[in-house]
Amino acid sequence: MAGKSSTERLALERQNAAIMAVFERAGFDQIAPDIIQPADIFLERSGEDIRSRTFVFNDPEGHELCLRPDLTVPACRYHLSHAKTPAAEARYCYLGPAFRFPDEHLSPQEFNQAGLEWFGAAEAIAAEARLLKLCISGLEAAGATGLKITLGDLGIFNALLQDTEMPDRWRRRLRHQFWRPRAFHELLKSFAAGPTSRRSSISSIVDSFKTSDAAAWLDENNIALAGTRTLAEITERLAEKFADRSQPPINVQAIENYLGVEGPALDMLLILKTIAGCKNYARACQAYEQRLEAMEDLGLNPRRYKFSANFGREIEYYTGFVFQIDMETEHGPVAIAGGGRYDELLSDLGATKRIPALGCAIHTERLQQVLA
Amino acid sequence: MTPLTIGIPSKGRLMEATSMLFKTAGFEIMRLGAERGYRGTLSGFDAIEIVFLSASEIAANLKDGKIDAGVTGEDLLREVIAPQDNSADIALRLNFGPADVVAAVPECWLDVAVMADLDDVAEQFYKTHGRRLRVATKYLNLTRRFFAEKGVTGYRIVESVGATEGAPAAGTAELIVDITTSGATLKANALKILDDGLVLSSCAVLAVTPQNQNDVRFSHLVSYLRNIIGK
Repeated sequence: MAGKSSTERLALERQNAAIMAVFERAGFDQIAPDIIQPADIFLERSGEDIRSRTFVFNDPEGHELCLRPDLTVPACRYHLSHAKTPAAEARYCYLGPAFRFPDEHLSPQEFNQAGLEWFGAAEAIAAEARLLKLCISGLEAAGATGLKITLGDLGIFNALLQDTEMPDRWRRRLRHQFWRPRAFHELLKSFAAGPTSRRSSISSIVDSFKTSDAAAWLDENNIALAGTRTLAEITERLAEKFADRSQPPINVQAIENYLGVEGPALDMLLILKTIAGCKNYARACQAYEQRLEAMEDLGLNPRRYKFSANFGREIEYYTGFVFQIDMETEHGPVAIAGGGRYDELLSDLGATKRIPALGCAIHTERLQQVLA
Repeated sequence: MTPLTIGIPSKGRLMEATSMLFKTAGFEIMRLGAERGYRGTLSGFDAIEIVFLSASEIAANLKDGKIDAGVTGEDLLREVIAPQDNSADIALRLNFGPADVVAAVPECWLDVAVMADLDDVAEQFYKTHGRRLRVATKYLNLTRRFFAEKGVTGYRIVESVGATEGAPAAGTAELIVDITTSGATLKANALKILDDGLVLSSCAVLAVTPQNQNDVRFSHLVSYLRNIIGK
């Protein structure tokens, strides 16, 4: 449908005012980040899949700009340019449009997000519970009921990975592929299977790596070093491939077991304890338990929430606690809000140190549709 | 009867080969008006109209339903119309203009053989250079589809309209997706095709919109052409 009638617009405004009142009462300062953003930041950060859904254009000088596909990165940029000491605690909320080419679910290409971002919060677990509470309160203020809440925790996965014995380079590769469940599974399987006998066009180069090196190989074969990758980068990966040849297979049972965990959030505590990890894993599980307690302390009822180890694997910037809120409709559940922890985003965007960050956003048009 | 409009490449090898094929089948493509006119007729058919377009416009015109059928490269067709998109189908592969769309990297990337390596390299590259790998190509959609299929995400596309194979050496991209017939241009630019880097094995095709698939005139033309091509 093209545009909104005055009735639709007023209804949306009324709904969103109720949400924003909750956020502002909680001490979150309402800001208006720029709609037009430098494209690079989004595109470098999210890769081509988001790029293909982002409206990108050039200014007269040829710089690539975009219409913001969400408000988290714009809020981070706002913070870094306005805050005197970016590492000090800051609480922001916002309401404004975001733009994406519709995906296959026929989502609108312009939609309004109401959300909040909380930077530099000292008490990590308490802040996470509080974030969820605020998001739920905002939705309830708009009239939503029957919220279905799913929790995830990328911190548990990272801890388990740390506790599983394997070369660091494999850990790095698994962490990198975590966002792509199929590729991740393939990789995990290959690490569990041991060295492959399959040959590729570079196998002979890897064969000779011990006695020769990349520079000598290029020289002998009369290949010039060209392009932006350096010889050191090429050598580093060749060395890894060579080392992989003699690396014994690893035991991936604990990781596989963990990724299969899904069910009522409280019951999962017991199941998580049956998985064999070491001290990092135990600490992460303890944080999960404390978070559930903190939620109960705030009057939430995590007894009714779901935990899924796989959840949170779609957006690359999340680093720990994640959640999604769905509402039931006649066409099945619809995701209306989500959020989590992303401790690396601010430093990726130029902060001089790691600043803890949490945030969530409500898809306001979707909420309006579900409530209608 | 509304004429059936067929888009034919307006110049180049693709135009010559198409004219030759049609001629062998017994139909002459004739330009109306001046030598450079962009409309024409097909001898033997009163109710077919020929529209001369650049090969890349033919796919877009098919998608928009502005023409009923057209001859173009499969690469150009698939760039505009995904296989699952039903706005046009390939009625006949014409077997000329064979060329492969491939993903190629600098030969000096001794550590890279397959697409899966790229994702790993992308991560390493992001760490050391602070940005994504850039892929120079004119095939934005083919590249996106192929990379997604292979699970490679840590890249961004730099649109390139000419001399794509020179982009890595010029430092404007790290790798390319481009069309090649013999691989000689790639070789000359010190690029190698990845082991599983074949995006598409292309040739010239006759494509048609679904509503004209069973048009009598079209079927008639296809059967003659098929006899010449031999299948």
